[in-house]
Order: sequence, then structure tokens, then C-alpha cells
Amino acid sequence: MSHKWGLVVDLDRCTGCEACVVACHAENNVPTAGADQAARGRTMQWIRVERTWEGDFPNPKVRFQPVLCQQCDNAPCEPVCPTYASYHTPEGLNAQVYNRCIGTRFCANACPYTVRSFNFFDPKWEMPLQLQLNPDVSVRSVGVMEKCTFCTQRIKAAEIGAEAEKRELKDGEFTTACAQSCASKALIFGDLNNPDSEVARLASSNRSTKLLGELGTKPNVTYLERGTWQDAKNS
Amino acid sequence: MQKTAEQIEKDLLRPIFTSSAKYKIAVALAACLTLSGVCAFGYQLYNGIGVWGINSPVFWAFDITNFVFWIGISHAGTLISAILRLCNATWRRPVTRCAEAITVFSILIGGLVPLCHIGRPWLAYWMIPYPSERGIWPNFRSPLAWDFFAISTYLTGSTTFLYLPTIPDFAAVRDASKGLRKRIYRVLALGWQGTPRQWQRLEIAMHIMAIAIVPVAVSVHTIVSWDFSMTLVPMWHSTIFGPYFVIGAIFSGIAALILAMAMLRHFLHLEEYLKPLHFNNLGKLLLTMSLLWFYFTFAERLTTWYGNTPSEMDVFWQTIRLHFAPMFWTMVVCNFVIPMPLLAIKRFRTITGTAIASCTIIVGMWIERFLIIVPALDHKFLQYAWGSYKPTWVEDTLMASSFGMMALLYLLFSKFVPMISIWEMKVGLQPHGGGIITTRPAMVKPHGLVLEGPLPTDVPE
Repeated sequence: MSHKWGLVVDLDRCTGCEACVVACHAENNVPTAGADQAARGRTMQWIRVERTWEGDFPNPKVRFQPVLCQQCDNAPCEPVCPTYASYHTPEGLNAQVYNRCIGTRFCANACPYTVRSFNFFDPKWEMPLQLQLNPDVSVRSVGVMEKCTFCTQRIKAAEIGAEAEKRELKDGEFTTACAQSCASKALIFGDLNNPDSEVARLASSNRSTKLLGELGTKPNVTYLERGTWQDAKNS
Repeated sequence: MQKTAEQIEKDLLRPIFTSSAKYKIAVALAACLTLSGVCAFGYQLYNGIGVWGINSPVFWAFDITNFVFWIGISHAGTLISAILRLCNATWRRPVTRCAEAITVFSILIGGLVPLCHIGRPWLAYWMIPYPSERGIWPNFRSPLAWDFFAISTYLTGSTTFLYLPTIPDFAAVRDASKGLRKRIYRVLALGWQGTPRQWQRLEIAMHIMAIAIVPVAVSVHTIVSWDFSMTLVPMWHSTIFGPYFVIGAIFSGIAALILAMAMLRHFLHLEEYLKPLHFNNLGKLLLTMSLLWFYFTFAERLTTWYGNTPSEMDVFWQTIRLHFAPMFWTMVVCNFVIPMPLLAIKRFRTITGTAIASCTIIVGMWIERFLIIVPALDHKFLQYAWGSYKPTWVEDTLMASSFGMMALLYLLFSKFVPMISIWEMKVGLQPHGGGIITTRPAMVKPHGLVLEGPLPTDVPE
């Protein structure tokens, strides 16, 4: 049976520590734009933690929401790309083929989640950061769009390994960099086609919801949320 | 006073054989402006497109605004001239060529913009469907691929449409010149002798092109609008965009035509050819378009407001009341409030009046395209990812140079081609010269000599 990769984000568990963001930068060779460019809106991030709050100090009610590519089944970014750089893999991932990208940026405009990062300049890493680049992930050049791949290099490695050993992939055998680094286990990655997987169980929880689900993009990222705010002393 | 054929030929060929100091200065200025754009583009190529002000989430801004703007201007010519030809409007004669030239040059400029705006311009040819070593076709589902086909079709069609009725005039220049110029124009004139058979074929070809170019022109700007409406972006995803863009394009196109005609009239001393009548008639057309533009804008805004979708209302209020409100209301003033009295009241519908209205409309329609693109992008669904946009000097320079390039191409064109169709003006002298091209084309030779003898009978009606 083919796989259908999915991620669950448990908003009730997220502490907003942004370890996932750092892990993603390291795993996927995502360059840091720098303070200057970030101020101009050129942040390079494949996953971001959105902070929203209600009320003022001393009692703000803060919520954190990690947002990454939702790997939509019905992805608005795919049909608009004139060169098939943004395309749907047989396993249901939204792949971004960097070598095909000519940089029209149409996909980023079409994406309702604004999760695509564009290389406005050639990427740079300050010494000694370029020594830690992941050799399994290509570095993108200027003028190319990039985004979360669900750590496709890890998926491929695990699939190839399992095939070599002539066995099925086990749930939890591998995970994405963001999920691996999440201390509060707010991010859970796995195969939605495997009914016994943790991700499939959580995705069908009654707390589950989709980000902008009303748009009909059919995301493969599921958010879990109790929905009501509870003060620390009551919970 | 009615001009004779000889006078017409002399007047309209004059700009080709003489050029004033003023003309040379204008060409130099336009060339400098164009060159500044080339330098800015080189700077952008070297450093990366980050030298623009675009960012996440405003991935398109001045670039696509200018693209839509210039493709819109291109609707001046071919469409209007084709419709006027098909409607047999005899007053069109001095107008058509300057209109068709605007079309060709503004599509060229509009078509250049997307090539400059992509992240890796050196790979732009991947849009072309050719059996490549990469083993894939362009994605035919993408509106950008449609754009490529629409614009290249329109460019080919309108260039042909401009060239065909120019052939007899090229022959006129050929016959009036000598030396190298004669050799060049001999090639351009394609062996035109003005025989009845040639006139008949020209008439058939122009008739076919006039009919064919109308749906092409409409489809081009519809497809440009689909770049936006085929996405889910709030205020982009709209069924009204196709006709709204076509109307807006014709609107800005006529304004550009009136401005160009006013300048030609002044600088090339064509006062006796481009008369107040032409400005009056085009002014009426412009008035209709202004009303239609207002109707479409009103319909678009009202339905959004009643729909009251939160994501759309964010963009809606940004344009009407918040950050972009000064631009929005400037647009309404420029496109409707100022042109209305100038064009609706007969006393004001003069050359000056229509030219002023055209100026404000050009500004207003540029703002309209900007307001379609930028506020929607920087207020998409997720509030956390909202942004803002400010252009840099590179974008400003590229935009200024697009106007410079238009001026340069138009100035050079007026040097090499008679800006008013000589043979069509001569046909206008004929007592019955009012056909779609002309009912009796074979009577006129490029020199304006009327043939002796009976009329040819094989000219189709």
C-alpha cells in the first residue's frame, strides 16, 4: 500500500519554543535572511510559529500556531506553475523541483498559507555555518522558490532502507526534523494510510481541524485544538 | 479646404525626410530613459531580484502592475482600429495607424516585463513548448502558460495588422526616395505596384485580420485577468475580472491613443489631419468606457461588500478606508470624476479637454492595476503573514524606462513610417471612398494618380 504522509500539530501542546524552526533550518539548509532582510519581509522559513494573543499584560492569552506547508491534496500552488516546478508526487506530497523553477512566484501568491520562501538573493552562510550544511539536501540558488518538503530526504532514505531489507516501514521509524526536535511532542509525523499509526489516530481525533479548511485545499497537516482557553490554575 | 492627393503625400512623407532638432532631443531623452532601465536590469541580474521591493507575501507589485498596464494600453490600437474598420467609420482614416503602432510597441514592452520579473530570467525560454532535453512540456494548466500563448499570438497578429495597410505607404516612400533608403523600402514594400490584383488581395487580407484580431484582443486581456482570478486570493478570485480587465484595457488604450494623437498633431504639425472631430469622436468612446469602468468597479465592490467574507473584507477596507484609501480615491477621481465633465459636456470635449482626461485616466488606470495586485497580496488569509510593500529605485527606474522605451519606439516609428496612412487618406478623397478598406481601391496608385479608364470589376464588395 502506498504511503500518505501527514503531520499533526497539537496546538494544546505547543509551547512556542521554535525548536522546530531551528531544526528545520539545520536539516534543510534553509538560509537565514538576516535582520535587515527580515525587516523587509524576506524571512526564509519553512516552518514558522505564529503568535497571537488576546488581552493585555499582565493577563495576555497567548496562542502559538506552527504553520508549515500544508501539503494539500488539492494544492492551489500546483496548477499555476508554468514549468511544473510545483508538482504533486504519487505519494501525495507537494514537491518543489528547484531545477525547474524559473521564479515566477505565482505559487507563492496562490498559496493561501503564505508558507513559500523565495530566494531573493543567493544564499549565504556565515563561517562556520556553511560547514554544517546537510549533504542530503540541495542548496537553492537565487531566484528559486522553496518550501517545506516534509523532509523528503528522510522519507526517501527510510523507504529505500526498508525496501533493501524487504520489509514494511514501521510507524515512528523515522520522523521529520521539526517533529524530532519538538520537546512537548506537539508535532507528530507519520503515514495516514496506516490506520495503526499515531498520526492517523490523532488526525481522526475530535479535536482535529484543518487550517483554512473551508478553502477546500485538503491539507495533510491536521491541527488539534481544544478550542477554548483555560487558565493554568483551572487546568 | 480639401487637400489634393499630392499635398497629402507631401505632408505625410515630410517627417520621414526631415527631422527637427526638437525631434532629435526627444529621441535622445527617450533613449537615455530606456538605457537607464537596461542598467537597472543589469544591476538586478547581477545582484538578484532582491534589489526590488517585493517581499513575502507581496511577491508581485510594480512588475505585474506594469505588465497589466502595458498590455492594457495595447488595446488602444488593434481592437479600436479593427472595430472602426469593420463598422466602416470613415473618420477613422487618420487614426488607425497611430493606434496600431501603440498596440505593437506596448505589447512588446508588456511582454518584456514578465521576462525581467522572474527570478531566473535566463531560463525564461522554458515557457516555450519545444521538445526539450528536460523532457517536459510547459504546464498548460497554468495561466502564465496561457499568457505566453495569448501575448505571442496578439503580438504576431497586431504586427501583421499594422504591416498590411502600411505596404502601399512603404511603396510611396520607396518611390519618393533614392539610395540606401530606396533599397530598404523596396524590401519593406514587398514589390507593391498598386495593381488591381494587389489591392484586391490587400483588401481581403485586411478584412480577415480585422475580424480575427477582435477575439484575440479580447482573449488576451481576459487571460491576463485570469492570472489573478484563477487563484484563491481574496478579491482576486472573481468572475467579473475577465470583462472588467477588457473594459479597463480599452479604456486606458483609448486614453493613450488620444494622448499620442495630440502629441503627433503638435510635433509633426498634422493639424489638418488630426482634427477636433477625431478627438471629439474618440472622446465619446472614452466617455462610454469611463462609464463602463465605473459600473464594473461599483459592481465588484458592492458584491464584495454584500458577500461580507472576512478575508475579502480585509482587502476591501484596506483599499476603501485604510492604507490604500488615498490611492483608491485618487483612482476614482482620475478615472471618473475628472473625465466625466470633460468628456460629457460638448464644450469641454476639445483636443485639450480630451487630452487632460486621457492623462488622468492613464494615471488612474495604472493605480487601478496596482490596487488589484498589492492590497490583495499583502492581506491574504493568515493575519500573521500580512505584509507591506514599498518599491525601490530599481523598480522605479524600470517603470520609468518602460515609458521611455514606448516613447523611443514610437518616435523612431514616426521617422520610418508615415504615421497617417497616406493611401487611405487619398481614398477618402474619392467620392465613393467609404468601403471597409475602400470600395474602389484600384483607382489609387501609391503616387495618388488616378488611373484612367473603366473601374475594375473584380473588386469584392
